[in-house]
Amino acid sequence: MDLLRFITAGSVDDGKSTLIGRLLYDSKSIMIDQLEAIERQSKNKEEGEIDLALLTDGLRAEREQGITIDVAYKYFSTPKRKFIIADAPGHIQYTRNMVTGASNSDLIIILIDARSGVVEQTRRHSIIASLLKLPHVVVAINKMDLVEHSQDVFNNIVIDYAAMAKSLGLEQVTYIPISALNGDNIVEKSTAISWYEGPSLLKVLENVQVQKDINLTHARFPVQYVIRPQTEELHDYRGYAGKLVSGVYKKGDTVTILPSGTSTTISAIETGGKQVEEAFAPQSIILHLADDVDVSRGDVIVKSDDLPSVGQDLEVLLCWMDSKPLVAGRKYLLQLNSTLVKSVVKEISYKVDVNTLEQHQAPEQAVLNDIVKVVIKTAKPVAFDAYEKLRVNGGAILIDETSHVTVGACMIQ
Amino acid sequence: MYELDYLDHLESEAIHIMREVAGQFEKPALLFSGGKDSITLVHLALKAFRPGKFPFPLVHIDTGHNFPEALRFRDELAASIDEKLVVRQVGDTIKAKGLTEPKGKFASRNALQTFTLLDTIEEFGFDACIGGARRDEEKARAKERIFSVRDEFGQWDPKLQRPELWNTYNGRINKGENVRVFPISNWTELDIWNYIRREKIALPSIYFAHEREVLEHEGQLVATSEFIQLEPGDKVSTKTVRYRTVGDMTCTAAVESSASSIDDIIREIIATKTSERGETRIDDKVSEAAMEDRKKNGYF
Repeated sequence: MDLLRFITAGSVDDGKSTLIGRLLYDSKSIMIDQLEAIERQSKNKEEGEIDLALLTDGLRAEREQGITIDVAYKYFSTPKRKFIIADAPGHIQYTRNMVTGASNSDLIIILIDARSGVVEQTRRHSIIASLLKLPHVVVAINKMDLVEHSQDVFNNIVIDYAAMAKSLGLEQVTYIPISALNGDNIVEKSTAISWYEGPSLLKVLENVQVQKDINLTHARFPVQYVIRPQTEELHDYRGYAGKLVSGVYKKGDTVTILPSGTSTTISAIETGGKQVEEAFAPQSIILHLADDVDVSRGDVIVKSDDLPSVGQDLEVLLCWMDSKPLVAGRKYLLQLNSTLVKSVVKEISYKVDVNTLEQHQAPEQAVLNDIVKVVIKTAKPVAFDAYEKLRVNGGAILIDETSHVTVGACMIQ
Repeated sequence: MYELDYLDHLESEAIHIMREVAGQFEKPALLFSGGKDSITLVHLALKAFRPGKFPFPLVHIDTGHNFPEALRFRDELAASIDEKLVVRQVGDTIKAKGLTEPKGKFASRNALQTFTLLDTIEEFGFDACIGGARRDEEKARAKERIFSVRDEFGQWDPKLQRPELWNTYNGRINKGENVRVFPISNWTELDIWNYIRREKIALPSIYFAHEREVLEHEGQLVATSEFIQLEPGDKVSTKTVRYRTVGDMTCTAAVESSASSIDDIIREIIATKTSERGETRIDDKVSEAAMEDRKKNGYF
């Protein structure tokens, strides 16, 4: 059994919460006591209607105001796969929350109301999916029951979306006609939408190939922590603990430690207390090196025949997440995996219009939810890859040095 | 060929999170109650840090109302892995601070635990506390970050959480603040049991079927003990039960079960129609937002 992480996107009334509720309900991941709790809160309980959306609003303020404040994570499994849903709110603080939920997702479900078709929100979701390089997109055309399950309506929306997807470079797009409210094509194939011959949404989620999204080509190992027992019997033990974020390492591989550039070979690999001949992403392991070289947290161990970029000048696509605006010239901490380095935002080159993808030249500042292209200079050299090439070594965060808040999501170009 | 099972994914993620704590903080701690989730955390810490020592002590905030089997297991486990165990008693805090104990039939010290926890954090200067909370347990927990920042009063503000991007965890804090870290956030109850089975992790005996004298109360089975006042008319009987969670004897209910092995338990959990906390926790039922309110006040 493997694991799929996905995010759902849709505007307020597209039925996103109902869809999630339906997936959990029909896959029997809701327990009786949880159902009873939402039954008690459902406003139309006299008519026997349960508001499945209540399942996803976990906070008092959310229930009081009927809005979703923040990303919530939900879980369900089938015999084939375990699923982690990042449930990001559809309206307020829009971009920031979607970027957060999308950053560790393999797939996005974009909900479209069959009555309205591709709208501005759809375009915005899709642009964010393309900027974040989500490998898989599922377009769920919802409320088919309200358009008499019309195949023409579905086909027209597919044609519209496909044109947009092409212009955005979204490659893996699957289209499904659904009714989240009635459960059509969610878990079981719908009899009401008889002309649709494809799989149900759950079948798509179960069968999408995510293993091939893990990059096994470029080996990157950010060192998190050095293990040195310093006991009598383990006097010389010095292991570098970390997660292999991408690639494969074998005992005997020649490696380079960045940013210093020192080379050595892997003398041993341990995982779970056992020595192994090789390890691969995303395993957490301990590496041992043949030579006594200087390695500490923040260094990256890579294979010598496949080096990432090393430098202090980064071109970055940045989603600004703080209520205080970003002004060029400000200093922040940049964290890329275990590397933490002082940095300065030298220049805001342009702002991306998340509705049109147009570039607006050199704004004075970036405000909450803006996506801007910036130039960042780091105080020390950093080993990085382009986000487009290797998400796991090209996505970084900016941290405010005084409030310590995460203020920006960086996709290194 | 290079494929990981979902349990390997979850394990690797949890180890990665623990090592981030080791790498980012000066004085971390691992909150350890002797229940299955924190026992799993200890097992993950062994994988993350052996052959080295843990970069943190195990810390138990003992309400004084724990199951003796769980306490014995706690002490034996800490001794067998030769790691430091810090125990602080809620009873001591009650005396020292003149706190008022809740009254009533199932008077629970659960909420008072927060005082002792915050005092212990201050006493040792802990800047990060690793805990075994899971997002599937409760709806307020589903909203919480893996690195959850608490202010100097230990308070959680759900509206002011840091965005958590990729696998990058921001543990920067001001002095006095601390971070609660939840490495098994993405695990469900069933994931925990499947992992315990796979890794052959030992558990306290109360997780398995045994005979116990219980009081039947509103459909729940509560073990009789010196901490619960029996009243005339109370229905007490001896039943074959086990526990799905291990909290205080005053607020944790048993389930009737003959499951004597982990395989049996997994079969039962797959078939059950009631959630872990719904079936066994009296303290969550106080109000719709009981957990959220406790967390805002500094509960772990």
